[in-house]
Amino acid sequence: MSKETPFYNIHKKLGAKFVDFAGFKMPVQYKKGIVHEHNIVREKVGMFDLTHMGEFIVRGPKRLEFLQKMTVNDLSQIEVGQVQYTNMCYPTGGIVDDLLIYRYEDIYYLVVNASNLEKDFAWLKDHLVQGVELEDVSDKTALIAVQGPDAQTVVQKIILDDLSQIGYYHFIDTKIGDVDVLVSRTGYTGEDGFEIYFTELDKAEELWEKIEEAGKEFEIEPIGLGARDTLRLEMKYPLYGNDIDQDTNSLEAGLRWFVKLDKGDFIGKEVLEKVAKNKIQRKLVPFVMEDKGVPRPHYKIFANGKEIGEVRSGTMSPSLKKGIGTGYVPREFMKSGNEIEIQVRKKMLKAKVIKPPFYKDGSIKR
Amino acid sequence: MIKEDLQYTETHEWVKVEGKIATIGITDYAQHELGDIVFVELPEIKDEIDQEDVLATIEAVKAVEEIYSPISGIVLEINDDLEDDSELINSSPYDEGWIVKMEITNMDELGNLLTADAYSKLIGE
Repeated sequence: MSKETPFYNIHKKLGAKFVDFAGFKMPVQYKKGIVHEHNIVREKVGMFDLTHMGEFIVRGPKRLEFLQKMTVNDLSQIEVGQVQYTNMCYPTGGIVDDLLIYRYEDIYYLVVNASNLEKDFAWLKDHLVQGVELEDVSDKTALIAVQGPDAQTVVQKIILDDLSQIGYYHFIDTKIGDVDVLVSRTGYTGEDGFEIYFTELDKAEELWEKIEEAGKEFEIEPIGLGARDTLRLEMKYPLYGNDIDQDTNSLEAGLRWFVKLDKGDFIGKEVLEKVAKNKIQRKLVPFVMEDKGVPRPHYKIFANGKEIGEVRSGTMSPSLKKGIGTGYVPREFMKSGNEIEIQVRKKMLKAKVIKPPFYKDGSIKR
Repeated sequence: MIKEDLQYTETHEWVKVEGKIATIGITDYAQHELGDIVFVELPEIKDEIDQEDVLATIEAVKAVEEIYSPISGIVLEINDDLEDDSELINSSPYDEGWIVKMEITNMDELGNLLTADAYSKLIGE
């Protein structure tokens, strides 16, 4: 039996098509479809129910030391009120999950992928040391994301704090009406936006309606998981289970920027150091279809008639109106501009490796 | 929406028979289930296709679906408009969004198709 989020009745009323995802009944799209929703987020503003995501709290005097060991980024580099993207690795260098860490004065707040929630919790728990406590607050936490060029104006209407003072990957604790919320300038779309976490689940519908009302003049619309995936892929943001998993590592995945090999010891470091020293032998590259067709996960990638890999993520890009995808290819094929072929059913279709992201005009950069 | 004068398959294709010519598309129910259709891979003219073989492939944003031939026949015409405007299947599944016209090679097979009533029962309308 899959769970319902506190917004389930709202989705139903809005005509959502549901899908079972990570144990939840989640809206995959609403009435006007994925392309429409995608464009709304690129051009105006959309709101997402992301309550399925997992949230953990890490407490105790050794919390920094513990998380430094568990993750690849350097957590000592962020201040209170800041958020960091990072990965957890196995000793093999393979990825346990990618996650966000929010730094508070006295705790760290971790946001993990819904599909990895239980695995992540067990992994962290297995490595717990004296002086660290771990709590899974996922079931008590709801999450709404508001994303799009108009996101700040919309959310500002219902929040007293000045949102223009919150930088990218920063957060505040504040209130919407009388509900306590954590609001961070983060997201997974390439657009400016906020993620709003709260624990008063009985106020969920009220909060949703408040945001909806504030966004009315900007034509805000609800956005399902379908458009969330096309939006994130256009930015080449990795999706765990597609682009990254236990058999891939952060360096090959193009996440070099987030791996701090000089920060001290952490799980997976030895392997990642070796990978870095020997230069990566394969890399997750973004490619655009030159022939008409849509790449899908597990389609084979060829170059010069030889199979060199398989598609990890793939879809029709609503912004580019072309097939786009990602896949791991050997070192000699990873440069942008390289011609590759994707086997789409019986045909070999031309594609070209490009520099990420696919979509370059997101409001996050403005 | 189901049209009375068409025949249907359990895999959500519709067939309009005029003499020995069958026009084939997908039903309104099917286009609605698929969502935004972004690409259609069509057969070649003169392709000979058996009943229940793959006739075309429809790509939605999140899904790819095979279209199975409701009959055995030879492809006479393909809907070229779908190459640049696959969304026609969403907006007009029974008219502008038709997919292929085929010459029927075995009229007996038409007996296997569903009536509008039977199809509407199948999809619970």
